[in-house]
Amino acid sequence: MKRILILSTALTAVSFAAQAEVTVMSWGGGYTTSQVEAYHKPFTAATGTPVISVDSDNPAPAVKAMVEAGNVTVDVADVEYADAIRLCDDGMLEPIDAASLPAGADGTPAVDDFLPGALTECAVSTIVFSTVFAYDTTKFPEGPTAIADFFDLAKFPGKRGMRKGAKANLEMALMADGVPAAEVYAMLETPEGQDRAFAKLDTIKSEVVWWEAGAQPPQLLADGEVAMTTAYNGRIFGAAVSEGKPFATVWDGQVYEYDLFVIPKGAPNKDAALEFVKFATSTQALADQAKWISYGPARKSSAPLVGLFNDGKTEMAPYMPTAAANLTNALPSSYEFWVDRDAELNERFNAWLASN
Amino acid sequence: MALPTYATPLERLWHYTYKVLCVAIFVFLIAPILVIIPLSFNIEPYFTFTEKMLKLDPSGYSMRWYDTLLTLGMSAPDGPRDSSWWAQVWNEATWVKAAKNSLWVGLWATVLATSLGTLAALGLSRPEMPYRRLIMAILISPMIVPIIIIAVGMFFFYSSTCVAPDTMLGSLLAPVLSQKGCLANSHLGIIMAHATLGIPFVIITVTATLSGFDQSLIRASASLGASPRITFFKVIMPLILPGVVSGALFAFVTSFDEVVAVLFIAGPEQQTIPRQMWNGIREAISPAILAVATILVIISICLLATVELLRRRSDRLRGIA
Amino acid sequence: MAEIAPLLTTADGRPLKAALGAAQARAKRRAFFLVLPLLAFVILTFVIPIGTMLKRSFDHDGFSANAPLVGAWFDANPQSTEPDEAAYAALVADLAQMQKDKTPGIAGTRINYTVPGTISLFKGAARNAAKMEPPFKEALLADDAKWSDPLVWVAMREASNRYTTDFYMVATDLKRSVDGGTERVDEKQRIYRYLFVKTFILSGIITFICLLLAFPVAHLLATLPMAKSNLLMILVLLPFWTSLLVRTTSWIVLLQEQGVANNVMVAMGLIGDDNRWRMIYNQTGTIIVMTHILLPFMILPLYSVMRTIPPSYARAARSLGGTSWTTFRRIYLPQTLPGIAAGSLLVFILAVGYYITPALVGGADGQLISNFIDFHMDKSNWSLAAAIAALLLGAVLILYWLYDRLIGIDRLKFG
Repeated sequence: MKRILILSTALTAVSFAAQAEVTVMSWGGGYTTSQVEAYHKPFTAATGTPVISVDSDNPAPAVKAMVEAGNVTVDVADVEYADAIRLCDDGMLEPIDAASLPAGADGTPAVDDFLPGALTECAVSTIVFSTVFAYDTTKFPEGPTAIADFFDLAKFPGKRGMRKGAKANLEMALMADGVPAAEVYAMLETPEGQDRAFAKLDTIKSEVVWWEAGAQPPQLLADGEVAMTTAYNGRIFGAAVSEGKPFATVWDGQVYEYDLFVIPKGAPNKDAALEFVKFATSTQALADQAKWISYGPARKSSAPLVGLFNDGKTEMAPYMPTAAANLTNALPSSYEFWVDRDAELNERFNAWLASN
Repeated sequence: MALPTYATPLERLWHYTYKVLCVAIFVFLIAPILVIIPLSFNIEPYFTFTEKMLKLDPSGYSMRWYDTLLTLGMSAPDGPRDSSWWAQVWNEATWVKAAKNSLWVGLWATVLATSLGTLAALGLSRPEMPYRRLIMAILISPMIVPIIIIAVGMFFFYSSTCVAPDTMLGSLLAPVLSQKGCLANSHLGIIMAHATLGIPFVIITVTATLSGFDQSLIRASASLGASPRITFFKVIMPLILPGVVSGALFAFVTSFDEVVAVLFIAGPEQQTIPRQMWNGIREAISPAILAVATILVIISICLLATVELLRRRSDRLRGIA
Repeated sequence: MAEIAPLLTTADGRPLKAALGAAQARAKRRAFFLVLPLLAFVILTFVIPIGTMLKRSFDHDGFSANAPLVGAWFDANPQSTEPDEAAYAALVADLAQMQKDKTPGIAGTRINYTVPGTISLFKGAARNAAKMEPPFKEALLADDAKWSDPLVWVAMREASNRYTTDFYMVATDLKRSVDGGTERVDEKQRIYRYLFVKTFILSGIITFICLLLAFPVAHLLATLPMAKSNLLMILVLLPFWTSLLVRTTSWIVLLQEQGVANNVMVAMGLIGDDNRWRMIYNQTGTIIVMTHILLPFMILPLYSVMRTIPPSYARAARSLGGTSWTTFRRIYLPQTLPGIAAGSLLVFILAVGYYITPALVGGADGQLISNFIDFHMDKSNWSLAAAIAALLLGAVLILYWLYDRLIGIDRLKFG
């Protein structure tokens, strides 16, 4: 009898262990593929815990809706910085203790190993991505080199693609207007600065095609619908290197920011989720992701490990937003600014867009 | 529609203009469908006609997107294509699963919407119906309210509508509810949502048919001794059947093409074809969705042609044609 | 008269009036029971969820639930009172409690909906609130001078009641002024009224074009012999069966500047290579693509009504001397009205609520109000999204009611 009891207890334990799985919600496409290859598969191989991948247009609103409704089905979500802060403030995320994250490969504690600001109360950064502009090299052999060229229709005629939203566009407009990167946000705080940014956007408004999803800019370039477009750097890299498209990236005036992993409050497999986040944000996993997409790892110790693209010949380092050569005139996106001003400036942006 | 012999020259001119106009409108209707088919064979991952495609160079074309439909989501897509490979496709491939979900959900949503909707339309078309206008407004409203509001409202409500799995009802409904026994992330939830969205179409088409229906036929049938059941199946049903069928068609297409409610209510296990397409348009632009569309177009052509052939055959057998 | 009339009775001797009444009640009940299952279903799956969703448009407790002391001060002091030391003391105590509960972000977000820049104001002050010493007014102003902004206090007073009209004001381009009244927002921020008007105008245009295109096609289908018309019907049903997302994408392929339509026109020499038409990513694109997508919704109801019109009426009119135009205008057209009304209402209502297609092909000026509902959903400002949706719903219901008044619901074939 006792034996049976032990056996059944053991069986229950086994079945419970087998039931644990981690559901990760991310942005889909090439980005999710890179996470599956660099995080999910090695994690399952190391721990035996299966990882289920769910795509979303933007995981943050989905997380908010799930927590609010008390029906959380994802364990880990991939969100943008301002969303991570906002969700955390609203008490919708599990706190993640930075001290519990694994130290870097060289022994540096995680708190020092991550790039500045990459760790917050509830979120751990994985990558740095950037909004840059790219152009079709067949149209401009002597390509544009500076952000001001993007707004120069006389020198570089042709349609422009831009993301439909205030974020990154206003910053780029000011930088193109000659504002040094360090002063951009101070200026955008003032009504005059906002007017100046919108005035700069006015100069190209009639020629702009607006995009919304990250997959659209390469499509617009490939269709010949635009001559130049702002884009997430990884998408342009994918089209240029994997598909051999004649696209070139201009790093001048880039606006970069983090993407982060969060654990929604009430996640069904919280402990496994925490293990997954620790594993995925380790030095090696972050470095491995760069094999699949040109987004920079959020750990300093990962940078030296970044090697070749999965085609086996392209050196990844120069394509990273964090490469020294790409940072000469670059702006780190300010989450403090956007947490406060998002609603107001998008309202104005939408009104500006709808007026003629 | 032949021109009568007494037509004036002006009428003749108008007649031919009218025909040309109709042809132009049909071209407008069908042109986007024609574009999809060649593009689904594009070798590049973009929705554009390449130079090579325009020159009809075979190297500009490929079946890679059709292949993607089978292999996407498979754990071992590169193995030899024997029976176990195909079994894997059937059980694992993302698009195949999506197709199964779409058909399953669409079918039940249509059955639910059409049966309840037809009954209600019968009631609504009776002159004695109390509060007709108010009830009509309520039943039509799923069509008026923007879908995104419906979807979010349903998400909140369905998330809190749960049956404990260890109760009698819970264990009975377990296969169609989510793991926690809730409507959200369950097949039943999506079926209910899609049925709701299809109901206005059923109501509108069936009441429109019924309004041309001669109510005295019911009295005639009753006076000849038929029970209400017999009257319904022998008199009413055959006359309103075209309306019911077209309502059901609307309901099915609504479900089969619906993405917003699925985005909110569905979990990973209930991804439908439009949900997969949404991925293929928004986050990873992939002509695989054109391949799916082409297959769906061919299936619907075959279905519509079959229905037409069957109709002609039955007409011939009945000696009408 | 009435007194001397004999009482009419049925064969079994019951008064006729009572018998008729009973029969009528029975018929009423029977009709109602036919509708009941569907009504119950729709109330469960639709009315209750939407009701709870719309409730968010006027119910938001983000601030009121987290700032009870300030709320009490507002209750005790009328609108025009300058915030005194007691008010600041209450605010600091609330902020300290928020910090403990980790809710300053929630309260700040609620105020931020009407006064920008207040999320970090609340978070910053809450962090320091526990350490603040009286006088609290100076302490708080030292933390951030924005606390003396009367607009912040006006916003907090409004938000201290969980039931609010704030979101409806934002949705109609209004804001609260310092004295608690209302005024229009800055010209640069005005957008919603314009969008509502534009949405209805565009939907009207789309409905009209659909009607123009659908009428001849439906007529052709209805008058051709069954065999031929069913074959042509396939051409109508095919696009209808093809996914909305795919059709929108293929229109992009057709209409863009380097697209099929422009290429064909350039090749035919109709337009020059350097002044290709812009037919997508603007209002034109929205109109063309939505017309295509909604056209079957006009053709099918028109067709089903036209099919039932006996051709003998038109022949009779002609034989009585009517010209073809008179016959059409006086005989045919009136009989198609139920179809026209049903189809137009269907198309108009669907157009007003569309958002996927305008989002993909509308560019800057082809966006409709639903795109902004989606936008605020995405930004997690559900209350504003619900308020816009409620206004849209209200507008559509008014139109529906007007239709009923002017044309008559019975002729609409809706009841």
